[in-house]
Formats: sequence, C-alpha cells, structure tokens
Amino acid sequence: MLWGVILAIAAATFCQRASFLLLPERVRLPEFLKRALRYVPAAVLTAIWVPELMLRKGVLSLVPGNERLLAGAVAIAVAWRFRVAFGTILAGLLALHVFDWMF
Amino acid sequence: MPTLHPEFRHGVRAGLPLLIAVGPFGLVTGVAIAAGGIPPLQAMAMSILIYAGASMLAATQLLVEGAPALLIVLAAFIVNLRLFMYSASIRPYLLREPLHRRLLVSYGLVDNPYAMFLQRFSTHPEAPGRFDYFLGLSVPIWLGWQAAVALGLLVGQELPAAWKLEFATPLAFIAMSVPFLRDKPMVAAAASAGATAVLAHGLPLRLGLALAAVAGIAAGIAAERWLARRPA
Repeated sequence: MLWGVILAIAAATFCQRASFLLLPERVRLPEFLKRALRYVPAAVLTAIWVPELMLRKGVLSLVPGNERLLAGAVAIAVAWRFRVAFGTILAGLLALHVFDWMF
Repeated sequence: MPTLHPEFRHGVRAGLPLLIAVGPFGLVTGVAIAAGGIPPLQAMAMSILIYAGASMLAATQLLVEGAPALLIVLAAFIVNLRLFMYSASIRPYLLREPLHRRLLVSYGLVDNPYAMFLQRFSTHPEAPGRFDYFLGLSVPIWLGWQAAVALGLLVGQELPAAWKLEFATPLAFIAMSVPFLRDKPMVAAAASAGATAVLAHGLPLRLGLALAAVAGIAAGIAAERWLARRPA
C-alpha cells in the first residue's frame, strides 16, 4: 500500500505541475481562474498549521496553558519579521520548550 | 562536453543561497518521515518521485494515523493545489519551449525556484535563456533537498523524543505560509482558511482542508473587491 500511495501522489503531483505548462500556446486562461489561484498557497498552507496550534485533542484551546499556541505565535513573529525558514523553526522549538517549562 | 549556457550559470548562482531555506525543510521532512516509521528506501522514493515537501509531510502524518490510501492521496493533492498556480503563472514565460523542456520544468517546479524564476523574468521579461536559468536554479536545489532529506532520515530515528521535534512540522508550514501574506487580501484568505480548518476539523475525509481552501479563495477575492470599491 505504501508504494501505491507514493506512486499515486507522485503522478498526481506531476500532473498538477505540468497542467498549465502543457496547454497549447493559443489557450488563454480566464482572468477569474488566475485570481482564484493566487490565494491557494496562503489558504492551504495556513489551513494545515492553524488546527495544530489551536486544537488540543480535538478541542479548541485558546488559553495561555496551550504552549503550542504560544510557541506558534513566536514562530509567526519570527517568520513575519525575518522571513527565514530555519530561524522560524528553531525559534518555535525553543519557545515550545521554554513555555512548557514555564507552565 | 557541451558548453553550459551562461544563464544556467546565473541560475546556479541564484539557486545556491536558497539552500539555506531548502536545507532545513529537507532536514525536518526527513526527520518527520523517519519518525513516522517509513523505511528509508520508500522515504527516498517519496523524496525523489514526489519532490514536494509539504505533501510528503501531510502524507506521512496521515500514514501514521492509519488513514485509508485514497484519503492520503487526496490530502496530498489538496496540499499541492498551489502547484497549479505555479504552473499557470510561469506558463507565459515558457510557452514556446519544446515539450521535453516543459516536462522537465514541471518536475522541478517547487516553491523556491518558482519564486526566484518569476522574480527575475517578471522584472526582465526580455531576458534570454529562461529554460537554462530555471535548470540552473533547480540543480543545486534538487541536490541540496535530496541530501537534506537523506540526512534527516539518518539522524531522525536517533533523536530523543524529549526534543519535541514533531512540532517542527507545523513550524515548517508556518515558515512556508507567512511569506505569502504580502497584502490584505492574502491575510484575509489565510485567516479565513485557518478559521475554517479549525471549525471543520471534525469532518470526515479531511474535508476540512478542501473547505478551508475554498473559504480562503472566497475571502481573498472578496477582500480584493472590497478594497477596490472603497474610495482611496
């Protein structure tokens, strides 16, 4: 099953990348589609991490005791200010340990 | 030996510094996959055949949870929806390239070279050697990515659980998503998608992620229209 999953994802991913690049030259993309696609990365990538920070065992947890939420906030601040991936991940992990020790 | 196109060398030079960003992602991905119990051979096959870190992380998480195969493929597809956008937005620059070149670009179309390529050719639309530049960007990034994943796989199983490295996965997604938030409509799209993902987390089949994508796009377009209509 693992190999099947890997090959299926690989095929799907390649098709996603090739999709528009393989369209014949005369095809014009509708303006609305281009506008909608613009928002896909921000929407999908954010939708992956927000529940990981805000939910604890499937229940909404917006209290200071939720150290993942606090550490995530630190990581967001670092990502926003410095735009460095490694710094973001490192700061978030360090913050998680600090908040875990505090609460 | 064929001589290298000068744009290939420019691409390599532009791609090398990106390894500072790509390396840690590869490392985190390798560590997460090793921690998920996926054997090294299959893990490297994932890395080479799929070559898209975000979907590999998402798939690994679902594999660990024992989700059905179809669902895992679907979730990876949704995570990689952004590749449609990359494909559409570099299309105008590569329209006249032969098919085999466009297929090669398709394989190498990942976040960092995409952004770099677009940055160069949207400001210098007349610049030559677009394909060679993309290839130059992609070679160091591909090699660096595979090496970083392999290293992550090697050290992943040795790292103590007390380090809480599983938290590196959401952090990697934070690092990937925040640079997209350049204007208000983008922030609206992200906020709406995040809120939808939280509210819809209980839905089966990871429908929450698909709903979040739709809500994000709708909020982005709505914000764009609202800002355009407002008197300056």
